[in-house]
Amino acid sequence: MSEIKKFMFVNRKAPYGTIYALESLEVVLITAAFDQDVSLAFLDDGVYQLKKGQQTKGIDTKNFSPTFRALDGYDIEKLYVEKESLALRGLSEADLLVDVTVLDRKEMGKLMGQQDVVLSF
Amino acid sequence: MKFGIVVNEGPYQHQSSDSAYLFCKAAIEKGHEVWRVFFYHDGVNNATRLTEPPQDDRNIVNRWSKLAEEHGVDLVVCVAAALRRGIRDENLAPGFRISGLGQLVESGIQTDRLVVFGD
Amino acid sequence: MLHIINKSPLSNGSLDSCLRVTESGEILLIEDAVYAAAKGSFLEGKMHEVMGKVKIHVLMPDLEARGLADRLIAGITPVDYGGFVDLVAASKNCQSWL
Repeated sequence: MSEIKKFMFVNRKAPYGTIYALESLEVVLITAAFDQDVSLAFLDDGVYQLKKGQQTKGIDTKNFSPTFRALDGYDIEKLYVEKESLALRGLSEADLLVDVTVLDRKEMGKLMGQQDVVLSF
Repeated sequence: MKFGIVVNEGPYQHQSSDSAYLFCKAAIEKGHEVWRVFFYHDGVNNATRLTEPPQDDRNIVNRWSKLAEEHGVDLVVCVAAALRRGIRDENLAPGFRISGLGQLVESGIQTDRLVVFGD
Repeated sequence: MLHIINKSPLSNGSLDSCLRVTESGEILLIEDAVYAAAKGSFLEGKMHEVMGKVKIHVLMPDLEARGLADRLIAGITPVDYGGFVDLVAASKNCQSWL
């Protein structure tokens, strides 16, 4: 096995309107099995993926948000949310369904620059 | 240099498959290796041999097949995304194979650069 | 880092988001993002401003396809697909702002 790489999944899309958020999460779970250094970044409408209280019965679609709470069990603990994206949407850390690290825009940019592989869907 | 490519959108609907193909072609012309192209989301629709564009249009699916045949590019279609969208072994174009998401992660590990094309 | 943008910044926030977090590096405009490289739009002033901190490239085949090849803003570097490959190869990593 080659060296461990830094993988970052950048989530900038809202859930349900399109399938990207769900299928992105599927890759994250698989990546965990490869023993790589995995982090998730949430910017722009991607922060809505982490909003508490999602109820999808009325749109006949699977609510995949509880999966974010299960990431811990896969040793995926690096969840980063951009502060400005939260603020612009009137959200705070207390609105999110999982523990995250809030970074300001410059810290987020710096972290992206340190990655080996950046995946966005 | 070894490149991995990800295509997230279907052919004809969005430019991403064209952009990805032209990138691959240019990379190969420059002497680089395109190790694998991974098709995900609606990108799996690039793999159906049932595609029949009008005669005066490019054949996006055949173009990918040719790239696999001539340059040994590994064209991998995500199984979960493919089954969701009705892409199966029986309608797969030449050069494509259906496999798991692990192949995408492996692309990130094994290649020098992973370039994503999508919407 | 190479940032690849593919949406028109006149109607989509991808380029703005990228510029919000990016302090340096390179940006490549492809597909509908190439409209940002054309003179005369309300974005032109902003493009001149950001060129101070990041280097901007544009995929010419996409600009030509959209009929704006003769309006390229001075200071934005035109590249073909081979140049796109070179940019990816020369950067430590790349990110597509989809």
